[in-house]
Amino acid sequence: MAAKEFKCKVCGYIHKGDKAPDVCPVCGAPASEFEEIKKGFDTNGNAYTIIYASIVVIVVAFLLAFVSGALKSKQDENVVLDKKKQILSSLNVDIKSCADPAAEYAKCVKGEWILNCYGDVVDSTGGFAIEVSKENSKPLEERQLPLYVCEKDGAVKYVVPVRGAGLWGPIWGYISLDSDMSTVFGVYFSHESETPGLGAEITQPKFKEPFKGKHISRNGEFTSIEVVKPGKTFEDADYVDGVSGGTMTSQGVNAMLKQGIGQYVGFFNKEVK
Amino acid sequence: MGLFSKKSKEVFVTPLLGNNPVTMQILGICSALAVTAKLEPALVMGISVTIIVALSNVVISLMRNTIPSRIRIIVQLVVVAALVTIVSQVLKAFAYDVSVQLSVYVGLIITNCILMGRLEAFAMGNSPWDSLLDGLGNGFGYAMILVIVAFIRELLGSGTLLGFTIIPQCAYEAGYLNNGLMLMPPMALIIIGCIIWVQRSKNPEL
Repeated sequence: MAAKEFKCKVCGYIHKGDKAPDVCPVCGAPASEFEEIKKGFDTNGNAYTIIYASIVVIVVAFLLAFVSGALKSKQDENVVLDKKKQILSSLNVDIKSCADPAAEYAKCVKGEWILNCYGDVVDSTGGFAIEVSKENSKPLEERQLPLYVCEKDGAVKYVVPVRGAGLWGPIWGYISLDSDMSTVFGVYFSHESETPGLGAEITQPKFKEPFKGKHISRNGEFTSIEVVKPGKTFEDADYVDGVSGGTMTSQGVNAMLKQGIGQYVGFFNKEVK
Repeated sequence: MGLFSKKSKEVFVTPLLGNNPVTMQILGICSALAVTAKLEPALVMGISVTIIVALSNVVISLMRNTIPSRIRIIVQLVVVAALVTIVSQVLKAFAYDVSVQLSVYVGLIITNCILMGRLEAFAMGNSPWDSLLDGLGNGFGYAMILVIVAFIRELLGSGTLLGFTIIPQCAYEAGYLNNGLMLMPPMALIIIGCIIWVQRSKNPEL
């Protein structure tokens, strides 16, 4: 048996000998096109296959665990910072020109309250850690409703988080209200997987701007703000134009506002009286 | 073989035009439809895919002589999935805004046919350096088509490029309307079809 085998990469001819031939006798390729066939253990055996698979899986598992562990704290920071940015953005703070959003947040937001559905303040701290998505799946009486009490340009504002369903996935937002608990000061909307260019337009100023100055109640009755098809009007409440081509997402925003802000009506009524 | 021998150069250049993964091999079409309504996500997606194809090509090429042939597809998938997960974790930690924007598409890179295609067809039989070039070439070829499609769709569909308004207000006042159809996924398919048409009619060899 020859010591080594060489395979021509062009035609597949196998040459036996100590070194590659100068020219491939089949297709005429030069020696550089020959590759030595390594003869080790049988790479097709069952034992080898199983051991190989196990090693690969274990190496990858350790690698991923290490990466995840190393980056976890950094990612959590990002999530917290992102939430703060979203709240600030509903208060009409220009996030892009803001050098230190965390400091700005500490300056603006004076309280992170927890309310119940009857409008009582259960706790005046800890509201930030509450996840609206989890609360929404509980019965109304057991929900903890976070409310951010903020100060912007010397006036008190209340920021209400809302969360609902769009066309493809969850949508959420923050609505800031003036101290009369009715006039919208600013809004922020975001989404997980709405269609870019259609439903995803709810994050754009063109959709958000018209909310400013609208009222969520009339004569003390909660009416929410209707999101209507562009060009349509609505009699019984203030309304804004939805996204053309994003009807399902617009309806999602509409439902989210009704349900989300509606939970706080108890608190609004108490405060205004 | 030098670092930039004739073959290496060929390996890098052919996927850009002559054998483009999207227009010639018709691979990776799903993501080409999904992320091309706007230019920015298309760019980021193109870059991410390029990085992942190049890296996984190199890793598989290094392992190619040890991989048992019966489970090679699984091994390739594990490598790709691990790399994509790492890239997605790194994006979350250091470029949170971008990762939010790309949302599920980063994870879906795993299922991009271009990756498996290149690993199986090229990296399993070639040296790491050539595999790296092949990965970069195919990644750029893919990114190029994505950018062309996204450019057309964003310009005609939203009148903007990278978010900046391009079509002047006076055009809208004169009765110009954005083409809503451009934002729908089928339009991406039609544009890719047109690109293939042009490419094939320019090059009779294909």
